[in-house]
Amino acid sequence: MTVVFYIAGAIALLSTLLVVTRRNTIHALLYLVVSLLAVAVVFYTLGAPFVAALEVIVYAGAIIVLFLFTVMLLNVGREAEGDESHRLRAASFLGPGLLAAALLAELAVAIASGPSAQVGARAVAPRTVGIALYGPYAIGVELASTLLLAALIGARHLGQRQREQGFADLAPADAVAPASGGPAPALVAIGAPGRSPTGGATSATGGATVGEATPQAPHDTPAPRTTRFWRKDDD
Amino acid sequence: MAHVPFEYGLYLAAALFLVGLVGVLVRRNLIFVLASIEIMLNASGLAFVVAGSRWGQPDGQVMFVFILAMAAAEVAVGLALALLFRRAFGSLDIDKADRMRG
Repeated sequence: MTVVFYIAGAIALLSTLLVVTRRNTIHALLYLVVSLLAVAVVFYTLGAPFVAALEVIVYAGAIIVLFLFTVMLLNVGREAEGDESHRLRAASFLGPGLLAAALLAELAVAIASGPSAQVGARAVAPRTVGIALYGPYAIGVELASTLLLAALIGARHLGQRQREQGFADLAPADAVAPASGGPAPALVAIGAPGRSPTGGATSATGGATVGEATPQAPHDTPAPRTTRFWRKDDD
Repeated sequence: MAHVPFEYGLYLAAALFLVGLVGVLVRRNLIFVLASIEIMLNASGLAFVVAGSRWGQPDGQVMFVFILAMAAAEVAVGLALALLFRRAFGSLDIDKADRMRG
């Protein structure tokens, strides 16, 4: 089992380096799966079978699948590679790599100066972990569930704004309820040209700063736009 | 079970964390930045598990469970923001969002 630790650690390090340096998003995410599975093997050899299973199920299963779904939804392909290709030279890794290597050297000195010990002599059973989770750490479990609920509501809210925008594009202009945020609520967050509440004129300042990706708001909608959080003050 | 020195697990965790840090610093694609943050969270969880295994106590694994919950929450919100980012800027290049309030 000792040699398994070293092999899995080397695989984890190598595949993580490949994640950071790949250009293709799907390739990088698949290398990330390899890295997470190797870390799961490391957990198992260290005598933590419960978190090894959690690593495979939650990280390599759920989180990476979420990444892959998003990449497929966004349909990123060649153009995303082109965005970054002029930056991903070996020279661009030089500065951060040197700084990280210096930090790693410091960490290694700090770790090596501490007392040494053997690790993984005995496994900690899932039963023990469960008793600790629902005993002294019960408040932490409650807080984690609250955090997950907040993330669920937040992610749903962000998706909701996007869907309302899709509806607003489809529906006639006066059929859109003002409470739904009006056209292009997602763009308001980044400062799209907004209409003034009284008239129909678009603001002249917003479009120039963002650039060509910002569409113009329609002029003929009399309904005042009710943006919730991101009203531009210079309308 | 393996019999490796305690420090080697921490070396592995530190190396993985710093590789993730380099990814955050170098990459400009939002998906890669989020993946690098996941690498860093995973490495810190590895350090917790190594320390828990050093003492033979379950506390390190409990902390890993909490880190896992936080990573799942972070990636859910982060990827929803990536969808909005792509819709607003037509790209995933985070340099396109380098000024506040548009």
